This record gives sequence, structure tokens and C-alpha cells, in this order.
Amino acid sequence: MVRSGTLILSVAARLLLPLQLLFSLFLLLRGHDEPGGGFIAGLVASGAFALYLFAYGGRAMHAMLKVSPRDLIGVGLLLGVLSTLPAWWQGEPFFTAQWWTVPVIGFKASTPLLFDIGVYLVVLGSVLTAITALVETDRENDA
Amino acid sequence: MEPLLAVAIGILFAAAIYMMLRRSIVKLVIGLMLLSNAANLLIFVSAGLTRGGPPLVPQGMVAPEGVVADPLPQALVLTAIVIAFGVLSFAVVLVRRAWEIVRADDLDRMRDTDT
Amino acid sequence: MQLAVLGGFVVAGMAPLLHRWFGARTPQVMALLPASMAIWLLGQWPTIAAGEALLLEWSWVPGLDITLSFLIDGLAWLFAMLITVIGSLVLVYTGDYLRGHRDLSRFLVVIVAFMMSMLGLVLSDSLVTLFVFWELTSITSFLLIGFNHADLSARKAAQQGLYVTAGGGLALLAGFVMLAAAGGSWSLAELMERGDTLRDHALYLPLLLCLLIGAFTKSAQFPFHFWLPNAMAAPTPVSAYLHSATMVKAGVYLLARLHPALGGTETWTVTLSLVGAITMATGAFLAIQHTNIKKLLAYSTVMALGTLTLLLGLGTPGALVAFVTFLLAHSLYKGALFMVAGILDHETGTKDVTHMGGLRHVMPRTAAVAAIAALSLAGLPPLLGFVGKELMLESALAAEHYRVPIVVLAFVAAFLTLAVAVIVALRPFFGPPRRTPRTPHEAPPGMLVGPALLAGLSLLLGLAPGWLDALVAVTVAGLGADDHEVHLALWHGINLPLVLSLASLALGLAVWRRWDRLRAHLARFRPLMARGPEAGYEALMAGMVAGAEWQTRMLQNGHMRNYLIVTLLTLLGLVGHALFFRHAPSLEVPLDLYLHEAMVAGLMVAGAVTACVMRSRLAAVAAVGIMGFSIALTFVLFSAPDLAITQLLVETLTVILLVLVLFRLPRFVTLSTPTERIRDLVVAGLSGTLVTLLMLSVLAGERLPRISDYLVANSQPQGHGHNIVNVILVDFRALDTLGEMFVLALAAVGVLAMLRFHAEESDAGRTPAQERDDG
Repeated sequence: MVRSGTLILSVAARLLLPLQLLFSLFLLLRGHDEPGGGFIAGLVASGAFALYLFAYGGRAMHAMLKVSPRDLIGVGLLLGVLSTLPAWWQGEPFFTAQWWTVPVIGFKASTPLLFDIGVYLVVLGSVLTAITALVETDRENDA
Repeated sequence: MEPLLAVAIGILFAAAIYMMLRRSIVKLVIGLMLLSNAANLLIFVSAGLTRGGPPLVPQGMVAPEGVVADPLPQALVLTAIVIAFGVLSFAVVLVRRAWEIVRADDLDRMRDTDT
Repeated sequence: MQLAVLGGFVVAGMAPLLHRWFGARTPQVMALLPASMAIWLLGQWPTIAAGEALLLEWSWVPGLDITLSFLIDGLAWLFAMLITVIGSLVLVYTGDYLRGHRDLSRFLVVIVAFMMSMLGLVLSDSLVTLFVFWELTSITSFLLIGFNHADLSARKAAQQGLYVTAGGGLALLAGFVMLAAAGGSWSLAELMERGDTLRDHALYLPLLLCLLIGAFTKSAQFPFHFWLPNAMAAPTPVSAYLHSATMVKAGVYLLARLHPALGGTETWTVTLSLVGAITMATGAFLAIQHTNIKKLLAYSTVMALGTLTLLLGLGTPGALVAFVTFLLAHSLYKGALFMVAGILDHETGTKDVTHMGGLRHVMPRTAAVAAIAALSLAGLPPLLGFVGKELMLESALAAEHYRVPIVVLAFVAAFLTLAVAVIVALRPFFGPPRRTPRTPHEAPPGMLVGPALLAGLSLLLGLAPGWLDALVAVTVAGLGADDHEVHLALWHGINLPLVLSLASLALGLAVWRRWDRLRAHLARFRPLMARGPEAGYEALMAGMVAGAEWQTRMLQNGHMRNYLIVTLLTLLGLVGHALFFRHAPSLEVPLDLYLHEAMVAGLMVAGAVTACVMRSRLAAVAAVGIMGFSIALTFVLFSAPDLAITQLLVETLTVILLVLVLFRLPRFVTLSTPTERIRDLVVAGLSGTLVTLLMLSVLAGERLPRISDYLVANSQPQGHGHNIVNVILVDFRALDTLGEMFVLALAAVGVLAMLRFHAEESDAGRTPAQERDDG
């Protein structure tokens, strides 16, 4: 039932995926100043991959994603925890936000941004883990 | 608007609880969805409502002008929505697994742990 | 010293490793630990003797004023010496008693841990640490009593000991908290100086009662005395240790420790002396009914503990001197006698004294040791026990309250104890030899050195009690009787106590002569005894089990909706009560309303209600979706753009999820009866009403200053972000968010695990269910 794979869905999914992913990154990076942020961006990206999954199936999505969704969860949690540490380096309380400006492009890097990326990856990884697991067991059951 | 929403939330809670008291496991899941939405809304409304004042600081300013909505419950509810989704997926899969093993859609028939 | 005690626990944990290295020698090697502590303590004697208390400070949780400080004054020193010295001897004794036992290393782990807990208990200055060590002794002694865990009676006895002492521990904790509140300090050293404030405090009576329950349960005072003889299920070295130096003395130690702070009032004196005297007589009376040598000794321990409590209750300087002397004497002879009992058990294979006889021919050294220790127990000259007993009788005769009953009870206890001593010391060793399950031999030296040393000390100190003057004086000074001249002597001249002693000797011998006939007579009182406190304990435990079963049947019956209804009704009752009777809710919230907003709210409610009444799953899910989108609209209308986006995205993903799962689930069916539906409707309706009322009263109530004002003001300056919600999520309250990330990850892992394991088990899992469906 999952691989309906109609032409419109397939084409739409292929075209929309990059756009949606770009949009999710945009939401993630602007999140500190405008509506957006890690949770929302993660959900948008999950939606994009879920659409792709419905159009092309789990294997194609894995090929697209290159890494296992479970690893995304792990990396996301790691980033979240790592962002707590630089403050210790500065002798400030655990988790105090740190800001650095990257010289040439004037980009502001910070631990909150790192943390938000962690949130993004955890949300993306969790949703995809659940959905791919469900799709795969469905396939096993149907077979 | 708050009193009206308070009544609406009350009805949402009542509906959620009624569904959770059913014996059918699918109704239980629907009850769970209603409940998490009702709870989110409860937190959001309890802090008071503000029209047309999103908690954003305009560019180039230090603090927002005029009254803005309380950002704290919004932050709480934002994570709660996502968590509720995670919990829902867990509950749904749990129910599905239980059904696959027990083949009973009646909670009363799931009392024994040895089936 | 703190390091040594804590390190002792580490050593205890290493016992299995040591056992691999040293084999059967391990107990002797481990005995070096308490022995070296004893030597260190001995090195502190000059300071202690000078009347100074050693305070070793070590803060543990400074924020809560909890310290791991040790206070070593005369009293603590005396107890610590007893614990370490007897502990070393017991370990050496264990080496032979449990030689080759397969659980030797487990035994060593627990007994060394017990030793360290006990040491920590008597040395602690803070009430909190004292309590921690107190509970540790309860737990480790539970493990020791139940050491032979394959034996049902051992398990029962261990449980009984644990319930009684840990139950007392709860009372003790309450007492400690009240004591700290009343005295304004957790430190014993400071509390001891605030005795007057404490005695006049309003909390004095309740805190005293709680502390006394704690101490009485631990020290097996009437009516909690029954657990101690049952604890004889433990291996004999444990009995020797528990009943001579430690566990049971913990309660006595606590009473002695608190005597300067709480003692001296009429409540204290009357309670302690009466309970002590009754315990004394009960213990002695119950002792002579038994033929099991360990039970005989255990009941005589109960008697001794009663004596100590009585003496603390009397509280006069003379009584305190008697207390210290008797304590020391009892530790020495009881330790020795238990070890002798262990030897007899080990060599003959029986614990029943009536089955032994004539053993002096095969084990003369054991017989000699037993005789000396028993003489001390009997309170005969020239042993330390005699000195202690004379002082005790003297104090009893000087009692202010209830003098006559106390003296009578003390006298009864004295002559019955004498009979016990004679039975224990004479019966197995004299008379015609009897056949025993095992052929007895002289005990190995490792098992004799302990009792011999202890018995030798009893004799030596009995002959020269003057050597104890300094120790007794400094301990008594710590108990609150300052500047009391202490002079112990064997011979006090012919006085009333001596006359009583002589009378008790005659009566005791008479009891011994007619012991067999006496027991037959006493056996007739068995039905009466069956109604004692132990029966009460049994009834209580049985009642608790029955109550638990009843409430499990009623409440935990496996129907989820029953759990829900019970929880909800409880919540309704409590919250409703608070709302209406404590707050008188005002529901005046301005209702400024726009039509489009009202329509959104109406759509939301319609969605929720439709979801409940729909008979098709698809329609129900769609209705929930409508409700979700209306909620998203509400977020849009009331200035929450982030929430609106999140809600919309989650609604979309939820649809995907439900498509994947829900339609593999069964269709809706109506399972409940109309009555049930009405009941559920009522519960749901009440809950909804309560939520509405609660919200209205929250909205109408006065607003506390918002935390958010700080967040709004500092979001840009400190968080460098313009979206305040996001700044809260990733900066101000990032720790919460981190926790939520973990929850989400955990849910995903849970989903994965359920589905993955499913693939392997599905065949096995499905068969029985299908079979049942077919049948």
C-alpha cells in the first residue's frame, strides 16, 4: 500500500525534495531571529524525506540519505551535549552560550546554533527512524 | 476569547477521557491524540492570549515594542507538540504490536501477560 | 579514620578477590583491618583519657549541613574498641568455623561491611550519617541472619529482624528530624550541650518517643524482643558479634549518646527503667525455657540489654558507672560464650544442651573457657560480671520511681541468669558423656583464641577492676555525670546487694537442679506465650499481606479504565475540593470575542466530538485532523507563529503515521454496555468541567510577575536572537530542550526495538493467540 508510486507523486517528490531540504536549512539557520528553528526545520525535512519514501520506497530513501536515521539521532544528541561544554572552557557555568564571529564572511557561530542543529538532527532522525521501521515491517509482513 | 477557549478545552478533555475509557485499542489511541492537543492548548491559553503581538524582537531593536505574547508557554508547548508526536508514534506502534500478538482489539482481553 | 571506615567497605567488597589470593587464610588476613583500627584507637587513648573529645571533621554535603565528621569521646571510644577488638577475634574465629565453606567470601563481604557500618554508627557526629550507618547495620545484619538462605526459617528470621529494626529505623528518622529541628543542629556534639533547651521544647515528648521506638527495636527491648532469639539462625560468629558488641548495642549506644541531651526527665526515667526492667525479667524468664544453647544465650542477651536500658533510665552517676561496667562485662563474656556455643555446635553437631554431657574430658580447654565466661555471666566473684551486677543491684535499690517492682524484677533476672549460666557452662561439660551426632574433639586453636582472650579479660579485669577506673570515669563523664569519682572494686563489704547476690545464687542453683521439671511446668504456659508480641507481629504481617491482596484485587485488577477512573476521580475530588473550599473561584474573565475566533473554537470542538462519535476509523482520524488544524489556526490568531508551523507539520506527519499503522488495526466495534458508557460520560464530563473551571479561575486570578518579562527583555541583548521563543529553547532553557531531545530519541529507539524484535518473534508469538481464537 505504501508504494503507490504514481507519476505525479514521483515527479513531485523528486523535484520537491531538494527545495524542501533547502527550505528546512533556511528555517534552521534563521530560527534564532524569525519563526523557525531546529524543531520546525527538522519536521520540514522529515516531511520531505517521508514524501520521497512514499514515492520511491525505503531503499531509495536510504540511498538518498546516505546514513542511517538512527545515526542522525546519535549525532544530534552528541552535538546537543557538546554544545554544553565550551562554557566550561571559559570558566563559566555549564551550558552558558558562547558566541564567535567567523572572520571573513562575518557569520556568527555560537553554541546555541550548534545546539539547534542537534535538535534538528534528533527530530529528523527520530521521525525517520519510526517511519522507515514501520514501512519496512509492512513490507516484511506483506511479503 | 479566553472563557470560550476554556470551555472548548474542557470539552476536548472530556472527549479525550471518554475515548481513553473505551475498550477498543484504536479509540484509546485517538483519545491519546485528543488529550495531548488539549493539554498543549491548556498551557497556551492559561498564560493569557495576545492578539497581533508575536514574541519577536524587530530587527535593530533591543526589545519588542508594545505588548507581546508570553514566549515561555510557547516554548514549552513547541517542544510538547513534538514530544507528543514521538509518544504518539510509540503508543501507536505499541498498540499495533500488541494487536499483532494478541489479535484482540479489546483491552479487557489483554489483561493476561502470558498470552 | 573516616577514610579507614570507608576504605573498610572497599576491603569488604574485595573479599572475593582476597579469597582467591589467600584462600582459607582470608578471614585472618581481613582481621588485620579491625585490628589495626583497634591499635589506632589505642593510640588515641591519652587524648580520650584526658577527657577531651576528638572531632575529626569532614564535610560531606556542605549545602545541607551534612557532615561525615567523627566524634570520638569516651563513649564512642569504648564502643569502637569493643567493635574492632571483638571484630578481629570473630574474624579469626570464622576462619576455622567456616573453613572450606563455599560461601565464605560472601560471608566476609557482609560481616566486614557490617563491622564498618557499626563503627561508623558509633563514631558519627552528624545525625544524618549516624542514621545512614544505622540503616546499613540493619541491612547487613539482614544479610547475615539470612546467610543460610536456602533455609526457610533463616529467611523468615532475617525478614523479621529487618522489618522490626527497619520499622524502628523509620521512627528513628522522624525522631532525628524533630531532634535537629528542636536543637537547631545535626551535630551530636552540639546537641549534647543544648540539653536544657531540648528538654523544655514542645517537641520533646514526640521526638523522645520516636527515638525510643528506634532504639528499643534495635536493642530488642520488650515488646520488640522477639526478633533477637530468632536471629540465631545466623552462623555462630555472627551471633557472637551481633549479640556481644554490636547490632543490639547500637540502640543502647544511641540511648547513652542522647542521655546528656534528653535524659533526666521523668518521662525518660520512668519509660527506660520500666521497659528495661520488664525486658530484663522477660528475657531471663524465657531463657530457661529453652534447651537450644544459642537461644538460651540469646534470651540472656535480651536480659542484659534490658539491664543496660534500666541503668540508663535510672541515670544517677552510680547507675551510669554500673552501665559502663556492665556493658563491658557483657560484651566480654557474651562474645566468649557464643563462640563456645559455636565450638560445641561445630564439634558435636547439636545445639541442644540436654543432648550434651561430659565433654570436659574431650575438650578441657573449651570447658575451662566456658566456665570462666559463665561465671562472669552468672555474676560470681572474682569476675567482671560480678562487679557489674553488684553495681546494677545497688543502682536498682537507689531507684527513685517504682523502686520495689524494679528491684524485684532485677532480682528475678539475676537468679534466672545465674541458672542460665550454670546450664550453659555445666550441662555440656559435666555429667555422663552422651552420644552426639558428631564425635567431638578439642576445638582448633583459631576458634579457641577468641573466647579464651575474652574470658581471660573478664577474669583479669574482675580481679583488678581498678584498671578500668579511668575508662569508666571518662565514659561516664561523657554521659553527663561530670566529676564523679569512680572507683571500681571487687569487694564492697557486706551490704544489701551482696545479700541479694547470695540469695540469687541459692535460688539460681535451685532452679538449675529442678530445671527439667521446671521446663515441663512452664510448657503448660505455651498457649499463653503464643499470644505474646511475636504473635502480634505475625498477625500484623498477615494482615498486611491480606490488605495488599485485597487492594490489588480491587484496584490493580488489570482493567486499564478502572485505573483511569480511580485516578481521575481522586484527582477530581482533591482538585475540586481545593478549588471550591479553599479558593472560592471567581470566574469573571472578560469575554471579548470576534466571530472568526469563535468559529475556529467551534470547529475545534466539533472535530473532537465528531472523533468520538464516528463509527469509522478514517472519519475519526479526519475529525482529529480538523481539530488539530483548528488548534494551529488558534496559534496563528494569538501570536504564536512558531507553534502554528510546528502544529501544522506535526499534523501532516501524524497523518502519515496513522496511514502506516492505524489501518492495520481492527475496526471500531462497540464493546461496552450503555451503563458503562453513561458512567464514562459522567466521569469525562466532570473532568472536562473541572478543567474549564480551573482554567477560568487561573485566568481570573491575580497574575504573578511573569518570568517571561526577563526573557523578553534579555533575548536580544544576552541571547543575540530576535525570535524569543527560539532563544528560550536553545539558550535560556536549553537544558530542558536537551532532556526533550533525549525523550524523542528514546521514543524512536523504542519504536525501532518493538518492530525489530517483532520480526524475530512474530511466528512464535502469533501461534497461541490464533489457537485461542480458533478454539
